[in-house]
Amino acid sequence: MSEFEKKLFEFKEKIKVAKNLSELTKISSEIFGKNGIINLEFKKLGSLSPDERKNFAANINSSKKELSELFSKKSNEVLDKEIIEKVNKEKIDITLPEKDFEIGKVHPVSQVIDEISCIFSEIGFSVEEGPDVENEYNNFTALNTPENHPAKDMHDTFYLDQDMKTLLRTHTSPVQVRTMLKGRPPFKIIAPGRTYRSDSDQTHTPMFHQLEGLHIDKDINMGHLKGCLNYFIKAFFEVEKIKMRFRPSHFPFTEPSAEVDIGYRIENNKIIIGEGDKWLEILGCGMVHPNVLKNCKVDPNKFQGFAFGIGIDRLAMLKYGINDLRSFFECDYRWLNHYGFDPLDVPTNYRGLSR
Amino acid sequence: MKFTKDWLSDHLSTSKSERQMIEKLNGIGLEVEKVDHAKNELSEFVVAKIIKANKHPNADRLKLCDVDIGTKETIKVVCGAPNAQDGLLTIYAPPGTTIPKNGMKLEVSKIRGETSYGMLCSESELKLSNESEGIIALSQKYSGSIGKPYFKNKNNNNVIELSITPNRPDCLGVRGIARDLYACGYGNLKDIKKIKFNKKSNHNLKIKIEKSKNQACSIFGSCLIKNISNKESPSWLKERILALGLRPISAVVDITNYVMFDLNRPLHAYDLDKIKNSITVRNSKKGETLKALDNKTYVLKENMCVISDDEGALGLGGIIGGVRSGTELDSKNILIESAYFDPSITRKTSKELEINSDAKFRFERGIDPQSVKEGLEMAAKLITQICGGEVSNFDIQEIRKFRKKIIKFNSNLVSKTIGIKINQKDIIKILTRLGFETKNKSKYIEIKVPTWRPDIFGEIDLVEEIIRILGFENIKSIEPEKTRIKPTLNFYQKHFHLAQRSVASKGYYETITWSFSDEKINDKFKENLKTIKIINPISSELSVLRNSLYPNLIYYMEKNLNRGFSDQSLFEIGPVFTSKKPGGQITVVCGVKRKQHNDNAYLGEKDLSVFDIKKDLIQSLVELGVDKDEMLIEDISPSYYHPGISGCISSKDKKILLAYFGQVHPKIINETFGFEIFLDNLVQFKQNNKKINKDFVLSDFQKSERDFAFLISKNINAQQLVNAIKKIDKSLIKKIKIFDVYEGENIPSDKKSIALKVTIQSDEKTLNDNELKDISNRIIKSVEEHTGGQLRS
Repeated sequence: MSEFEKKLFEFKEKIKVAKNLSELTKISSEIFGKNGIINLEFKKLGSLSPDERKNFAANINSSKKELSELFSKKSNEVLDKEIIEKVNKEKIDITLPEKDFEIGKVHPVSQVIDEISCIFSEIGFSVEEGPDVENEYNNFTALNTPENHPAKDMHDTFYLDQDMKTLLRTHTSPVQVRTMLKGRPPFKIIAPGRTYRSDSDQTHTPMFHQLEGLHIDKDINMGHLKGCLNYFIKAFFEVEKIKMRFRPSHFPFTEPSAEVDIGYRIENNKIIIGEGDKWLEILGCGMVHPNVLKNCKVDPNKFQGFAFGIGIDRLAMLKYGINDLRSFFECDYRWLNHYGFDPLDVPTNYRGLSR
Repeated sequence: MKFTKDWLSDHLSTSKSERQMIEKLNGIGLEVEKVDHAKNELSEFVVAKIIKANKHPNADRLKLCDVDIGTKETIKVVCGAPNAQDGLLTIYAPPGTTIPKNGMKLEVSKIRGETSYGMLCSESELKLSNESEGIIALSQKYSGSIGKPYFKNKNNNNVIELSITPNRPDCLGVRGIARDLYACGYGNLKDIKKIKFNKKSNHNLKIKIEKSKNQACSIFGSCLIKNISNKESPSWLKERILALGLRPISAVVDITNYVMFDLNRPLHAYDLDKIKNSITVRNSKKGETLKALDNKTYVLKENMCVISDDEGALGLGGIIGGVRSGTELDSKNILIESAYFDPSITRKTSKELEINSDAKFRFERGIDPQSVKEGLEMAAKLITQICGGEVSNFDIQEIRKFRKKIIKFNSNLVSKTIGIKINQKDIIKILTRLGFETKNKSKYIEIKVPTWRPDIFGEIDLVEEIIRILGFENIKSIEPEKTRIKPTLNFYQKHFHLAQRSVASKGYYETITWSFSDEKINDKFKENLKTIKIINPISSELSVLRNSLYPNLIYYMEKNLNRGFSDQSLFEIGPVFTSKKPGGQITVVCGVKRKQHNDNAYLGEKDLSVFDIKKDLIQSLVELGVDKDEMLIEDISPSYYHPGISGCISSKDKKILLAYFGQVHPKIINETFGFEIFLDNLVQFKQNNKKINKDFVLSDFQKSERDFAFLISKNINAQQLVNAIKKIDKSLIKKIKIFDVYEGENIPSDKKSIALKVTIQSDEKTLNDNELKDISNRIIKSVEEHTGGQLRS
């Protein structure tokens, strides 16, 4: 056994009994370091004949390979052992509560406005807006509601001045007027927004939300109105079929006018929309009155179309089973948490309206 | 509007059931609101049970009974019947009812010192038999009917209540409803029988309508009926009056009401003997007074329509009569008025005086001017039938002629509007049945509008009539086209949408609060904005339009605090009002946040600070597309913020205010932080600073980090220090991160130490030690120059 072979044997033993990383580091430099046994052995190559060299070098290399395999195996063992020892000492009571993840909520009315916009976007409507403070003309006169007319009784108006010329809009219909006055037909818009009536009881709040719809073109008739609303209601309630009826009614700004009821039934104290033998009024609509078109500088002989108005809060109540309209505006933290929506839950037409 | 099927059959002969009729009424725009059992005189008598028959404390023969009448609580009734005992089922008559046997009207009364609410009845009292010994003892089968009427409605008549839209005054009379049903083929409309009178007496009261500007009255018809004996109405009339939900008063009054509901023809009856000399219909003088039949005295303004005699106002035309000339049970001679009053003047007057009456409700909607005579005839006939008397000739004063409106109707408009073809024969049939007169001309149909339809002005109104009667279910639904001519949301709307969800994603709960606010709270936040008052607020707490989103958010935050929620993050996105002109509003996103002192230290959480709210705000601004290096942060803020812990964010040139943030002033609320984003400004800023997508470029050269600590004056803020460093070379200084701020020991009291890490990297080469050293020196020098700061050794 040569001197080198003896040393090899010694170091193999050393590696086997090494207990920790620092011992191993020391051994490593003694073997593989600048003055380690491997390097020292290689230095002997110079004094050998070319024939001898080949064998000699191959011998060292295979020994080196053997040692380094042995070494890395051992050092992995030691490392694992040290980690395990450390880990065994670490212990956290993971039943302690986690950090709060602070994700907020979007108000159901906002969510429903987004849902509605998403549905109407699909059939080509764009969103318009108007101011909350309106003048008498846009809110009533232009909409064919003359002064001292009982139709005004349906609108308990908040006024901002004594001569009752400035008011809080009682419906979103003035947006129709503004839209038509500033543009040219065709018009195909929806207008969601805050509306105000001086009414406050179990089922009325002084502020509520409406959505106006307006579609004016050359040949838009009541069949289009029916189709549009039918499409909307089905999409909104996410049902295949919906029972729907149009009932003649009266609004000064549409002629003919209709109210739309949808069918429902009660099951386990919950409203099931779409079928059943009960009727629920959900919106008002009609063909835009020629007088309104005239007031908005649209020629009623060339253009016609429909308009509708929907109570957004009421739709939200129906779809999400909210019983009390007033609770929408009371900002109760528990309510907001329960009925609010995850802000990531953006209604889209490819993913769907709701989760 | 209420009616019964029985009443309807006076005008309509039909084989349709009540159910079919209700469905049809809904289908033609006469919405059925309610169907109720008709009330009659006996429906007040209910089944009751004596829970306990106690001895009357002051009378041996009387009992003081606790009676269950189906209400929440039992009531006390004093009863003398020997058979009144615990558990007895009997019949109870509440105060206000009239006992059939003796016509006595019950009142709440004290009997020997004990209050008795109503009465327990014997059979004879109810005219069921002559049995007057003891009260009725009902069998056990009535035990489930406590509180329900004992007498079943014999003719089983239901009261149908319609909600009539304001355009259909004609359907405020049973006749109008019958006509609509006839038009849909639901039976035949009966003719109104011609009435002939022996007009014995002369109409000798002088009546005049003054021709003045704004005269509301254009027709005043009347007749005198003399020597009547007014009395209680016969039961058929009483039942109809009760069905309307009214109280029968006397034959004369009941008849005027009956005619009003039957033909939609309001009438008024005067006691002729109380009218002084003559009647003049004129405009009121300012300050004139009238004691009206509702027992209130009204002070009239100028130009209200009054019916007056030589002594003064007798009544307000079309609205309400006066007490002075009202009829009584003993009225002998009466005058019946049947007139026409202008809808809008009538409405204006009644609004100003705040009077609601059935007559006003009808006149403001428009009464058929040609029904004046018809109304007089019907009333006179009924009064003479029931009360006797002689009818005078009719006096009809008229200052305006009402002609039937004529409309040239092109029937193509029907299919153009509703989308289905209707043949002309059907169109004419519907219109004719509704009372329109039609005449075929070559290019159009000439239509005469009946005078009871003041709502019909033009062709489109006729289209509505036709589709209404045909039924909307006949319209064919057309699938909507899925094409878009304009983007759904505009630039601003996209930002609104994004801002809402961006702030919500930072842990804030979205609220929607009133656009109005409590003036007192609003004042704390309005700064130099003008208070915008609502003239007729719903309550004094909601009397102004909000000048800020804070007032309501703080108000509701405090409410939640009282509910026990110490940790809250709320926000609202919505209008803030800057003036009372339309459009005088801006859109603001306001968030408020508070958190209880750290109570879970094991998580390493710190108390809430202004930097938490600033983090949320800046991140939202970044998400809305404003880069951090486009923002200028200064310590300027409105007075409702803590002056030392608040600031504003604006564009670099200070021209556009983007947001305020900070601690809300502790005098308003403690330990609450908040921010406001001015969305309109932000969108304007983005429109002015359109961004081009930058290319993705990485420097391949090594970056170096150098730490500095500067000692600077407390008046200098961190941003100034950062700016001083950035100034050197924007391409080299990649990042500056402040990691410590220190004041206190070892530092002069007017100074603070700021430690920061500067990342230096060139895009062209790897910087060598000398170059880095040079940059460091330039940093130190620039800081010295611009802030007076010294490198801390």
